[in-house]
Amino acid sequence: MTGATAGQGAIRITVRLFASYAEAAGRDVLELSLAAGATAADALAAVRREAWASRVPPSPAVAVNRRYAAGEVRLADGDEVAIIPPVAGG
Amino acid sequence: MSRWLTDRPIDVGRLLAGVASPGAGGTVAFLGTVRRSEADGAVAAIEYSAYEEMAEAEFDRIVAEAMARWPDVRVALRHRLGVVPLGEASVAIVAAAPHRADAYAASRFLIEETKRRAPIWKKERFDSGQSRWVEGTPGGG
Repeated sequence: MTGATAGQGAIRITVRLFASYAEAAGRDVLELSLAAGATAADALAAVRREAWASRVPPSPAVAVNRRYAAGEVRLADGDEVAIIPPVAGG
Repeated sequence: MSRWLTDRPIDVGRLLAGVASPGAGGTVAFLGTVRRSEADGAVAAIEYSAYEEMAEAEFDRIVAEAMARWPDVRVALRHRLGVVPLGEASVAIVAAAPHRADAYAASRFLIEETKRRAPIWKKERFDSGQSRWVEGTPGGG
Protein backbone atom coordinates (compact mmCIF):
# COMPACT_ATOMS: atom_id res chain seq x y z
CA MET A 1 0.00 0.00 0.00
CA THR A 2 2.71 2.47 0.90
CA GLY A 3 5.42 3.54 -1.48
CA ALA A 4 3.26 2.73 -4.48
CA THR A 5 4.87 3.64 -7.75
CA ALA A 6 2.87 5.81 -10.08
CA GLY A 7 -0.25 3.79 -10.53
CA GLN A 8 -3.84 4.50 -11.09
CA GLY A 9 -5.11 6.74 -8.37
CA ALA A 10 -1.76 7.16 -6.63
CA ILE A 11 -1.61 10.36 -4.66
CA ARG A 12 1.37 12.57 -4.09
CA ILE A 13 1.80 14.21 -0.74
CA THR A 14 4.42 16.35 0.93
CA VAL A 15 5.65 15.50 4.42
CA ARG A 16 7.20 18.36 6.34
CA LEU A 17 9.65 17.86 9.16
CA PHE A 18 10.65 20.30 11.87
CA ALA A 19 13.03 20.90 14.74
CA SER A 20 14.82 17.79 16.00
CA TYR A 21 13.20 15.59 13.33
CA ALA A 22 14.38 17.80 10.48
CA GLU A 23 17.82 17.93 12.03
CA ALA A 24 17.98 14.14 12.37
CA ALA A 25 16.68 13.62 8.85
CA GLY A 26 19.04 16.18 7.37
CA ARG A 27 16.15 17.76 5.50
CA ASP A 28 12.80 19.36 6.13
CA VAL A 29 10.59 17.89 3.44
CA LEU A 30 9.88 14.54 1.81
CA GLU A 31 7.66 13.77 -1.15
CA LEU A 32 5.67 10.55 -0.99
CA SER A 33 3.58 8.68 -3.51
CA LEU A 34 0.87 6.67 -1.78
CA ALA A 35 -2.04 4.55 -2.93
CA ALA A 36 -5.42 6.19 -3.31
CA GLY A 37 -7.26 6.11 -0.01
CA ALA A 38 -4.05 6.34 2.01
CA THR A 39 -4.33 7.84 5.45
CA ALA A 40 -2.13 10.00 7.63
CA ALA A 41 -1.09 6.79 9.40
CA ASP A 42 0.05 5.36 6.06
CA ALA A 43 2.17 8.45 5.43
CA LEU A 44 3.70 8.09 8.88
CA ALA A 45 4.46 4.41 8.24
CA ALA A 46 6.25 5.33 5.02
CA VAL A 47 8.36 7.89 6.85
CA ARG A 48 9.26 5.38 9.54
CA ARG A 49 11.21 3.38 6.98
CA GLU A 50 13.93 6.04 7.16
CA ALA A 51 16.70 5.47 9.68
CA TRP A 52 16.36 8.77 11.50
CA ALA A 53 12.68 8.04 12.22
CA SER A 54 13.49 5.64 15.05
CA ARG A 55 13.39 8.72 17.27
CA VAL A 56 9.73 9.39 16.39
CA PRO A 57 7.55 8.07 19.24
CA PRO A 58 4.83 5.45 18.68
CA SER A 59 2.01 7.99 18.41
CA PRO A 60 3.37 11.35 17.32
CA ALA A 61 1.18 14.33 16.69
CA VAL A 62 0.46 14.62 12.98
CA ALA A 63 -1.02 17.49 11.00
CA VAL A 64 -2.76 17.37 7.65
CA ASN A 65 -3.09 20.65 5.79
CA ARG A 66 -2.06 22.64 8.87
CA ARG A 67 -4.47 21.07 11.28
CA TYR A 68 -3.91 18.31 13.81
CA ALA A 69 -5.36 15.08 12.46
CA ALA A 70 -5.95 11.53 13.62
CA GLY A 71 -4.22 8.68 11.84
CA GLU A 72 -7.40 7.61 10.09
CA VAL A 73 -7.74 10.87 8.19
CA ARG A 74 -7.77 10.16 4.47
CA LEU A 75 -5.30 12.01 2.32
CA ALA A 76 -5.88 13.62 -1.04
CA ASP A 77 -3.45 14.36 -3.84
CA GLY A 78 -1.41 17.43 -2.98
CA ASP A 79 -2.00 17.28 0.77
CA GLU A 80 0.62 18.54 3.18
CA VAL A 81 1.33 16.27 6.14
CA ALA A 82 3.61 17.19 9.02
CA ILE A 83 5.05 15.10 11.82
CA ILE A 84 5.00 17.36 14.83
CA PRO A 85 7.71 16.85 17.44
CA PRO A 86 6.67 17.50 21.05
CA VAL A 87 5.90 21.21 21.10
CA ALA A 88 7.61 23.81 23.24
CA GLY A 89 6.06 27.16 22.42
CA GLY A 90 5.09 29.86 24.87
CA MET B 1 5.84 38.53 9.65
CA SER B 2 2.16 37.76 10.23
CA ARG B 3 -0.75 38.27 12.57
CA TRP B 4 0.59 36.27 15.53
CA LEU B 5 4.28 35.68 14.86
CA THR B 6 7.15 38.15 14.88
CA ASP B 7 10.90 37.96 14.53
CA ARG B 8 11.44 41.21 16.42
CA PRO B 9 11.28 42.13 20.12
CA ILE B 10 7.66 42.24 21.21
CA ASP B 11 6.16 45.70 21.75
CA VAL B 12 3.95 45.07 24.74
CA GLY B 13 2.84 48.69 24.97
CA ARG B 14 1.49 48.49 21.48
CA LEU B 15 -0.40 45.28 22.26
CA LEU B 16 -1.95 46.91 25.32
CA ALA B 17 -2.97 49.94 23.29
CA GLY B 18 -4.60 47.62 20.80
CA VAL B 19 -6.98 46.05 23.33
CA ALA B 20 -7.75 49.19 25.31
CA SER B 21 -11.30 50.45 25.28
CA PRO B 22 -13.56 52.58 27.44
CA GLY B 23 -15.33 49.41 28.59
CA ALA B 24 -12.24 47.69 29.95
CA GLY B 25 -11.99 47.64 33.72
CA GLY B 26 -9.31 44.98 33.96
CA THR B 27 -6.37 44.30 31.64
CA VAL B 28 -3.93 41.45 32.09
CA ALA B 29 -0.57 41.18 30.39
CA PHE B 30 1.34 37.90 30.44
CA LEU B 31 4.90 37.60 29.23
CA GLY B 32 6.74 34.33 28.78
CA THR B 33 10.40 35.20 29.23
CA VAL B 34 13.63 33.35 28.60
CA ARG B 35 15.08 32.31 31.92
CA ARG B 36 18.04 30.49 33.33
CA SER B 37 17.70 27.98 36.12
CA GLU B 38 20.16 25.73 37.96
CA ALA B 39 18.84 22.77 36.05
CA ASP B 40 19.02 24.50 32.68
CA GLY B 41 22.60 25.65 33.02
CA ALA B 42 24.17 28.71 31.42
CA VAL B 43 21.41 29.53 28.96
CA ALA B 44 22.27 32.63 26.98
CA ALA B 45 19.28 32.60 24.67
CA ILE B 46 16.56 30.39 23.28
CA GLU B 47 16.02 29.97 19.57
CA TYR B 48 12.39 29.49 18.62
CA SER B 49 11.27 27.92 15.37
CA ALA B 50 7.82 27.05 14.09
CA TYR B 51 5.71 25.40 11.44
CA GLU B 52 4.70 28.91 10.65
CA GLU B 53 1.72 28.34 8.40
CA MET B 54 0.18 25.96 10.91
CA ALA B 55 1.08 28.14 13.90
CA GLU B 56 -0.83 31.00 12.27
CA ALA B 57 -3.86 28.76 11.74
CA GLU B 58 -3.66 27.26 15.22
CA PHE B 59 -3.43 30.72 16.82
CA ASP B 60 -6.45 31.77 14.76
CA ARG B 61 -8.33 28.81 16.26
CA ILE B 62 -7.10 29.40 19.82
CA VAL B 63 -8.01 33.08 19.76
CA ALA B 64 -11.41 32.36 18.19
CA GLU B 65 -12.09 29.88 20.99
CA ALA B 66 -11.17 32.48 23.60
CA MET B 67 -13.41 35.05 21.97
CA ALA B 68 -16.30 32.59 21.91
CA ARG B 69 -15.88 31.74 25.58
CA TRP B 70 -15.33 35.31 26.77
CA PRO B 71 -17.19 37.53 24.28
CA ASP B 72 -16.50 40.75 26.18
CA VAL B 73 -12.74 40.28 26.24
CA ARG B 74 -10.36 41.84 23.75
CA VAL B 75 -7.13 39.94 23.32
CA ALA B 76 -3.83 40.20 21.54
CA LEU B 77 -1.03 37.66 21.29
CA ARG B 78 2.43 37.69 19.78
CA HIS B 79 4.94 34.85 19.69
CA ARG B 80 8.49 35.65 18.80
CA LEU B 81 10.62 33.41 16.60
CA GLY B 82 14.36 33.33 16.15
CA VAL B 83 16.91 33.97 18.87
CA VAL B 84 15.40 35.45 22.04
CA PRO B 85 18.03 36.53 24.58
CA LEU B 86 17.85 35.80 28.31
CA GLY B 87 15.27 38.01 29.99
CA GLU B 88 13.36 38.91 26.86
CA ALA B 89 9.83 37.85 26.07
CA SER B 90 9.17 34.96 23.71
CA VAL B 91 5.42 35.36 23.99
CA ALA B 92 3.10 38.15 25.06
CA ILE B 93 -0.61 37.87 25.70
CA VAL B 94 -2.85 40.76 26.68
CA ALA B 95 -6.51 40.53 27.61
CA ALA B 96 -8.84 43.41 28.46
CA ALA B 97 -12.34 42.93 29.82
CA PRO B 98 -15.01 44.85 31.72
CA HIS B 99 -14.08 42.84 34.81
CA ARG B 100 -10.77 41.31 35.77
CA ALA B 101 -12.07 37.75 36.26
CA ASP B 102 -12.60 37.31 32.53
CA ALA B 103 -9.34 39.04 31.66
CA TYR B 104 -7.42 36.62 33.90
CA ALA B 105 -9.35 33.61 32.63
CA ALA B 106 -8.90 34.45 28.95
CA SER B 107 -5.22 35.21 29.46
CA ARG B 108 -4.68 31.89 31.23
CA PHE B 109 -6.56 30.00 28.52
CA LEU B 110 -4.47 31.58 25.78
CA ILE B 111 -1.11 30.72 27.30
CA GLU B 112 -2.12 27.18 28.25
CA GLU B 113 -3.48 26.47 24.77
CA THR B 114 -0.41 28.05 23.19
CA LYS B 115 1.82 25.75 25.17
CA ARG B 116 -0.29 22.72 24.44
CA ARG B 117 -0.96 23.22 20.73
CA ALA B 118 1.19 25.74 18.92
CA PRO B 119 3.65 23.99 16.57
CA ILE B 120 6.65 25.87 17.95
CA TRP B 121 9.93 24.44 19.20
CA LYS B 122 12.87 25.75 21.15
CA LYS B 123 16.55 25.21 21.23
CA GLU B 124 18.62 26.42 24.18
CA ARG B 125 21.82 28.21 23.35
CA PHE B 126 24.44 28.18 26.07
CA ASP B 127 27.24 30.58 26.97
CA SER B 128 29.62 27.86 25.80
CA GLY B 129 28.23 28.11 22.28
CA GLN B 130 26.59 24.70 22.47
CA SER B 131 22.91 24.26 21.82
CA ARG B 132 20.31 21.66 22.71
CA TRP B 133 16.71 21.02 21.71
CA VAL B 134 14.32 21.34 24.62
CA GLU B 135 12.09 18.32 25.10
CA GLY B 136 8.57 19.50 24.49
CA THR B 137 5.06 18.43 25.35
CA PRO B 138 3.61 15.69 23.19
CA GLY B 139 0.00 15.84 22.15
CA GLY B 140 -0.76 18.99 20.29
CA GLY B 141 -4.38 18.99 19.19
